[in-house]
Amino acid sequence: MEFFRSTNIDWLGKKWYFLGFSLIFSVAGVLSMLFWHGIPKGVDFTGGTQIRVAFDTTPDENHIRQAMDQGGVHNATIQRVSDPSGHAANKVIISLPISSATDQAHDAGRQAVEAALATNYKDSKATVEQVEIVGPTAGKQLQKQAMLATVYSLIGMLIYLWFRFELIYGVAAVVAVFHDTLITLGAFSLANKEITLTVIAAILTLIGYSMNDTIVVFDRIRENLATNRRESLADVVNRSINQTLSRTVLTSGLTFLTVLSLYLFGGEVLHGFSFALVVGILIGTYSSIAVAAPMLVAYQEWRAKRGKSVALPAGRNARA
Amino acid sequence: MGKSLTGKTAFIIGVLLIFCYGIVGIPKGGLKESIARRINLGLDLKGGTHLVLEVHVNEAVASAVDRDAVRLATDLQAAGIPGASAGRTDASRPQTIIVSGIPADKVSDARGVFNGVNYNTYDVASGADGTQTLTMKQQSVNDLSTRTVDTSIETIRERIDKLGVAEPVIQKYGLGENQILVELPGLDDPARVEEVIQSTAKLEIHAVTGGPFENDQAALQANNGVLPADSILMKGAASAGSPEQVWLLKRVSEVEGTDFRDAQPSTDQNGRPNITFTLTTEAGDRFYKYTSEHSSTSATPGSMAIVLDNKVREVAGIQSAIRDRGEITGGFTKQQAADLSLMLRTGALPASISFLETRTVGPSLGAASIRQGVIAAVAGMLAVMVFMLIYYKGSGINADLALFLNLVILLGFMGFTGSTLTLPGIAGVILTIGMGVDSNVLIFERIREELRAGKSAAIAVQQGFAHAWVTIIDTHVTTIVSAMILFLFGTGPVRGFAVTLAFGLLANLFTAVFVSRVIFDSHLKGKERGAALSI
Repeated sequence: MEFFRSTNIDWLGKKWYFLGFSLIFSVAGVLSMLFWHGIPKGVDFTGGTQIRVAFDTTPDENHIRQAMDQGGVHNATIQRVSDPSGHAANKVIISLPISSATDQAHDAGRQAVEAALATNYKDSKATVEQVEIVGPTAGKQLQKQAMLATVYSLIGMLIYLWFRFELIYGVAAVVAVFHDTLITLGAFSLANKEITLTVIAAILTLIGYSMNDTIVVFDRIRENLATNRRESLADVVNRSINQTLSRTVLTSGLTFLTVLSLYLFGGEVLHGFSFALVVGILIGTYSSIAVAAPMLVAYQEWRAKRGKSVALPAGRNARA
Repeated sequence: MGKSLTGKTAFIIGVLLIFCYGIVGIPKGGLKESIARRINLGLDLKGGTHLVLEVHVNEAVASAVDRDAVRLATDLQAAGIPGASAGRTDASRPQTIIVSGIPADKVSDARGVFNGVNYNTYDVASGADGTQTLTMKQQSVNDLSTRTVDTSIETIRERIDKLGVAEPVIQKYGLGENQILVELPGLDDPARVEEVIQSTAKLEIHAVTGGPFENDQAALQANNGVLPADSILMKGAASAGSPEQVWLLKRVSEVEGTDFRDAQPSTDQNGRPNITFTLTTEAGDRFYKYTSEHSSTSATPGSMAIVLDNKVREVAGIQSAIRDRGEITGGFTKQQAADLSLMLRTGALPASISFLETRTVGPSLGAASIRQGVIAAVAGMLAVMVFMLIYYKGSGINADLALFLNLVILLGFMGFTGSTLTLPGIAGVILTIGMGVDSNVLIFERIREELRAGKSAAIAVQQGFAHAWVTIIDTHVTTIVSAMILFLFGTGPVRGFAVTLAFGLLANLFTAVFVSRVIFDSHLKGKERGAALSI
């Protein structure tokens, strides 16, 4: 069996469609981050108290809210746990803002919520399964760590590609990965899903993984550049994408299969993590074809217009 | 060639066996128990409590400086400079002692005292108004901070051990300064833990110099708006159930946490829970001096306040001189009295502690997470294996064997190194399945390409591996770099993810490249030249 035996698609001819597609999704995400849901940060970063409660029967959110109000907890957010496998239908997450978890009165919010549930919620038994309390100091700390880790990852990738290829390849790949990160974050904002520490871990993994397809395409471009110097760069890039299309789609597809199974069966705790991977792997594969490679051509055209050298460097270690 | 192939096969089987041992050890009981014994589960899987604490080292610095200031005042008197006063009077500079009232002709004598061995951790500077400032050297402040955190860790460990938690983790936490990470497996009721760690943070006995007052304003008014430099205001109640009031206390405590040698819960004459304590000899002498000077029969009768966590718990007149034995009746419950005396016995914390982060996972959620993680892993693996079989036919078997070995090595490695498997770690295993098989795809696609170019099976296999190798290295390096950054910056569960992903991909280099190649070679060896390869 074989997909894409001898594809001959003019990828660069479609670059305006790609640009449009990428723009729509990134702009939608950015707009949502700016004006709609913002960046929905989880308790890890905002600080606060988050309590996961399992009920014996399907809970009534209004009754929970009433129980909280009677218990003197007025600023709680009550949210059903989302989980595609349906295992978590009887669970809710009760969140309190940061004011409940100052570094001094750390545990007060949890105590109030547990007391309110125990005394005022009559529908069924409530079991507290998970409690996360993050004070303001820890929240700031974790936020800083996440930002630093993301930035260092991007820089690490840039340096590696620079070392393996040429700077422009590195820049193109990092732009593509940045595009993936932005769209994935945008998807979280659009879907109003919370970005937690594990989501950041997923995004960092994506930064590494999206590089893979890009490297496969770049490797082939370089190989073709070294063997065939008469072809135009656009043709070389097109041919390279077509030659590697099969493995690009297969490798991403197989990883996607495992990630999809994680999303479907992996449970509610990993929901955000697997959601990021599902979105990110799709976008990452798309971007190595539709963003990274066309950027190389665009760069060369831009240099040609300015009357500079037309040839794209084939790279130091090119194999003939 | 034939011989080296046999050697390689034997090597692979050896590796398989070693890592199988790594996963289950010497099988005892069922497979499940064997695995559970070898693989270390994270808190998110087996349930437990994760805490991040911050030690307020400033308090330890301030109280060390306070003690030095008291001693300095005595030393200056002894050196014949009676008018001098020394105190930590500037609240914004806790590491600074200001000495004033030194007559001009005695400055060099005072300098002599400052240069004594007790004060060599201070930098001395002269102020324009004839005052002298002693500031604790930064190096000493840092040393003291480190020591304070270390002592806190030791103290907390003793307390946790007394609670009977198996395999707790109590260590410095890398993310912020003066922070401690506490991980308590199997304990999902944080309230008791927090009480044990925190509520007993600081027990002190202070001399009462004024009050009680209605509130802070009243106390300030009574002192004409300015508090004496050596005093502080402290809220609390004179006894259990009394209304909240404010007292003016001497800043330097008479007895502090480290002075207690022993403490036991008991009951007072009215049957209420209280705590009897014994002080260390040195502290007993100090306490005797203070209580005999201020007992009700002395010229200056006084009262003292027992302060717990910066809150007055009891105020009592000093009936008679006390040396090293006393009791505290702070209106405790039985549990509180027992916990508090435990804390006093194990040694008090050198500074108070606040909680920055608390995460607990109940055992039911952990068990559900394991179940779901395993289901997701099996489902993902089956999907990938079936796909490889359909798409690459005979060679698919090769890839599936390599994938299986990859997982065995990964899990065996976890068993050998005692790394912790967390829920994101399981996700890392699942991702390893997906990414590991990518290497096979890269190789197989290249082999197909070489075959299409008309090369023989053996040559195509050789070329396929040679060309795909570079790309495989590239892809692994990028992902492992990501994993390393995650390991450096991540905490608990995320670290578990970074570990499994990195180990998995490293093992994949062996299985997808070396093992897979050996399988191809041994398969082709048995065939005639020019026979087709099932790919």
